[in-house]
Amino acid sequence: MSKMRYIAGRIMGYRLFLPLLCLAIVLLVNVVKTPSFFEITIRNGVLYGYIVDIMNRSSELVILSIGMTLVVAASGGTDISVGAVSAVSGAVAIFILGGGQTSTDFYHAPYLLGFLAAIAVGALLGAWNGFLVAKMKIQPMVATLILYTAGRGIAQLITEGQILYLRVDHFKQLGGFIPGIPLPTPVFVAILCILVTLLLLKKTALGMYIQTVGINSKAARLVGLNSTRIKFLTYAFCGLCSGIAGMIITSRVYSIDANNAGLNIELDAILAVALGGNNLGGGRFSLLGSVIGAVTIQALTTTLYAMKVSADQLYVYKAVVVILIVALQSAELKRMLKNLRVRVAVQTGKEVA
Amino acid sequence: MNFRIKKLDSKQFLLLITIGLFLVMYLIGIMVFQDKNFGKLQVFLNLFISNAGLIVAATGMTMVIITGGIDISVGSVIAMTCMLLAWMMEIKGMNAILALIIVLVVGLVYGLVQGWLIAYLKIQPFIVTLAGLFFARGMTAVISTDMISIKNELFLTWANAKIYFPFGGAVNRKGVMVYPYLYPSVLLALITLVLFFVILKYTKFGRSVYAVGGNEQSALMMGVNIRRIKLKVYAVNGVLGTFAGFLFSLNTCAGFVEQAKGFEMEAIASSVIGGALLSGGVGNVFGSLFGVLIKGTIETFITFQGTLSSWWTKITIAVLLAFFIILQSVLTSRKVKHS
Repeated sequence: MSKMRYIAGRIMGYRLFLPLLCLAIVLLVNVVKTPSFFEITIRNGVLYGYIVDIMNRSSELVILSIGMTLVVAASGGTDISVGAVSAVSGAVAIFILGGGQTSTDFYHAPYLLGFLAAIAVGALLGAWNGFLVAKMKIQPMVATLILYTAGRGIAQLITEGQILYLRVDHFKQLGGFIPGIPLPTPVFVAILCILVTLLLLKKTALGMYIQTVGINSKAARLVGLNSTRIKFLTYAFCGLCSGIAGMIITSRVYSIDANNAGLNIELDAILAVALGGNNLGGGRFSLLGSVIGAVTIQALTTTLYAMKVSADQLYVYKAVVVILIVALQSAELKRMLKNLRVRVAVQTGKEVA
Repeated sequence: MNFRIKKLDSKQFLLLITIGLFLVMYLIGIMVFQDKNFGKLQVFLNLFISNAGLIVAATGMTMVIITGGIDISVGSVIAMTCMLLAWMMEIKGMNAILALIIVLVVGLVYGLVQGWLIAYLKIQPFIVTLAGLFFARGMTAVISTDMISIKNELFLTWANAKIYFPFGGAVNRKGVMVYPYLYPSVLLALITLVLFFVILKYTKFGRSVYAVGGNEQSALMMGVNIRRIKLKVYAVNGVLGTFAGFLFSLNTCAGFVEQAKGFEMEAIASSVIGGALLSGGVGNVFGSLFGVLIKGTIETFITFQGTLSSWWTKITIAVLLAFFIILQSVLTSRKVKHS
């Protein structure tokens, strides 16, 4: 009995236990509600099914949540500009590749140039955020509020307020399928991003540095870490991730709508980090937790769509689930419940006596 | 005579810069758009008319920011309020006064729930109000996905009651004397603003709000019940949010899902431009009024100019935000070095 309890305690004490449990619950609902949920079929040589869809649709969120995790860990704040930065990156890419025309069906510039420009712009905007947060010591949310406000304005400036289309099959591949490969491309991009980041964090001391800076920035400086530079780098990296996500978002719809590309995705990204069991106050972090968080959000969305909930009403369920999950992870609630249990125990004890 | 010249501290300095900037922008507008009557009193009053809701929302936001929190649900709450008002009056045929009371109660409950989660469960304000944002926007869609126009007579009387000024009139093209006017919504917004200025500055509750935001630990030592103060602040903010929604609906006279999107960021931007520090403890509701007016002036500029596209509003506001935020940072870091 005590051994069982010990094992159960070990499993529940595992950092990723709660995030994984949440994901499992969301998926389990589908076993009952939509039995066809786990079916995967092959059509035209590519895989179809809700599970593939979740993996596919969650890709950009996964990529953004990677950057967001590092930002949160190092600075204890959130970057609310990632959606807007994605829109700018997408706009830059389509502007360069499409030659600034409203609708074209051939590249006006080499693809690599457009891709690199988009990512460079993302990293540059991220660096601006990093400069404000790390160097100017401005609170992250305020600092990134600037680009949150300006970002879509800048994207509209680039597209002149229009929706630019780029109807080139090659351009659609990043957000769709590469011929001959049955899995959607965004999944590979997301996995690649996770692997590269994990390698960087685990094979170098960078992960440790970020944690140290997040726990106590001053102490980190005293032991010889350049806190400013580390914070700066996380923001630049987050911008880079936004750039990649922006490319996938635009590639999916082979167009850029400056007003709506990546709209509200920053909220989902922050949510993913919180759902992953990370403390939004900085310090210890788990990259995989955030990834699981991101997939959970998309799984929830897809589940609700499968249950025929309309896109607008989806938010109600999302809100309830978010509060439940965050409240479950809250240390205060645990304490309150414990107090309650003690009080009840005392009461019943009195009655027995 | 004994004149004591108070030394300006950085907080007052920031407020002065905000007010100064507003005046300079307005004067530039008057000079540049001389031919289009930018200097007319009505143009100035329109700043208030089109932003009455934002003034109230920014007041609540400033109070929340002073405690060191944030509320990003305000835009969605406004959309929900408009929709709820429209639905209750048009579909359910309810009395306008009753509808207004119900809406305010909804705001109170909304604020209490958010406040409880933030103050008692210690979940970050950003996450709680983010869920609040989702919930309110979703509820708007649950009530109705179609647009509902408000045709309630009493409501429309409120919305269209013009209060004319007895002076400052001008003869228009038809040769009729037209006096400048205001809507009741503006008066309500300004009364709210003054009320909260007094509450924050002169009551025990108000001072506790500043104390909690300045340093929770010290506030606790002073015997302030931090949790209760926070709960109260979010509850009041919830009521202010729905009240702002009511004022907003007086302007639009309709409820639809996409309404007031991004409104929360406008309120936050107004507060920040008005000198509120998001780390808490510093802020002034009058500052946020000028934040709102500056945003309104930029929009008026763009309308008057005619050829500039709407996205310049966003870019200009962001540039101003950057200016103020960097200025704040420089000023506060200088203060730290001095002390």
